[in-house]
Amino acid sequence: MSAVRKDQSRFVAGIAQIGALGMFLVQILRAIPASLRHIAETARQIWFVGAMSLVIIMTCGLFVGMVLGLQLYYVLSIFGGTAALGTVVSLSLYRELGPVVTALLFAGRAGTSITAEIGLMRATDQLDAMEMMAVDPLAFVVAPRFIAGIIAMPILACVFNAMGIFGAHLVGVSWLGLDNGTFWSNMTSSVDVWKDVINGLYKSLVFGGVCTLVATFQGYTTAPTSEGVAYATTRTVVFSSIMTLAIDFVMTAFLM
Amino acid sequence: MAQQRQSFQIGTGLFILLGFAALAYLATQTTSLANYRQGDSYNLKARFTNIGQLKLRAPVKVAGVRVGSVSDIVLEPDKLDALVTLSIDKHFDKIPDDSAAAVFTSGLLGDQYIALQPGGSPDNFKNNDEVVLTQSSMQLEELIGKYLVGNDSGKPGDKNAPANAQTPAAPPADKSKPQEK
Repeated sequence: MSAVRKDQSRFVAGIAQIGALGMFLVQILRAIPASLRHIAETARQIWFVGAMSLVIIMTCGLFVGMVLGLQLYYVLSIFGGTAALGTVVSLSLYRELGPVVTALLFAGRAGTSITAEIGLMRATDQLDAMEMMAVDPLAFVVAPRFIAGIIAMPILACVFNAMGIFGAHLVGVSWLGLDNGTFWSNMTSSVDVWKDVINGLYKSLVFGGVCTLVATFQGYTTAPTSEGVAYATTRTVVFSSIMTLAIDFVMTAFLM
Repeated sequence: MAQQRQSFQIGTGLFILLGFAALAYLATQTTSLANYRQGDSYNLKARFTNIGQLKLRAPVKVAGVRVGSVSDIVLEPDKLDALVTLSIDKHFDKIPDDSAAAVFTSGLLGDQYIALQPGGSPDNFKNNDEVVLTQSSMQLEELIGKYLVGNDSGKPGDKNAPANAQTPAAPPADKSKPQEK
């Protein structure tokens, strides 16, 4: 009987977590006007969250593009359609892989550091100290990181896409000997700015908000112990990834 | 501290500019925006009975070289023809006015485009002229249908024509369709 009760309380705790996450989002949104006074802090966070992730994003984008070039060349050569390589690579990057892979990398690179930083602030009572000094930690610590994530993610996704196209061009045209003009002209004739590029940007805007929301929430509500911070960091990666992929499906269905 | 803060701001600014540069590159170089020519152009009109999968902004080519794009496709309400407006680069103003327009497909899986086949007239097209000689898009189903029907009529007196139609790979007794296998 007690096992059932335990499961029940776990289920209830899970729902409570979701509710807490939603309320945390409302609190952040309410703190955003106050955080605009700390615009320099937001800029600093864009630097830490976004610019410092550039190296991993660019490297991964290059390799993802190269792999796409190789794999799709193989698949398309079965149908004798290798001329469409540029089209297929760019569409799959813009519409799907760019936003999603960037978000997953972002959760691993920037989300964890946000969680650990805020979690340690919690563990060392810095957040309480701020409240004592009448500084709202939501406005000074959380909201700038949230805004920074929303701004940085589309930029990173764009860089990722550009590097991916570069990688696919390198493999397809320079190594496998596709025609340069065919590669580009097929791409330009079938890729649409609004339907493909901008839709991908919408996705990465949302992913930026989701990833930083989860990261700041886990850090903010962590158990104030070293074990708690470790646990919160792990959960950041797990929840960010799951939510990113789930929301990706929903948004793809809507943005089709 | 102030100096450090400023260096952060410069770095952040550079990062955001990089993002815009990447977006501008993606939007202008890899999408259909890359096909926009901002230069002056003039319009030609052409009527087709069937344009197949022709889309707006599809290329218009002469001898395989892009000279313009499709700027408008409407259905003429009375004639039930597709009226296609071609926007041709001013640069190419020496297209004879008896040239023919045809809807072709680039490659087996490619998009459709309009090919202008130059005629021999001494006069050239002017703005809002109509291309009189047009050839509609080839419909694969029609071609297959014609081939099957052609096979049937090639054997007069064949009583069981439907059975014959179901085996298109039967040796062609007619001479009109050379096999290109």
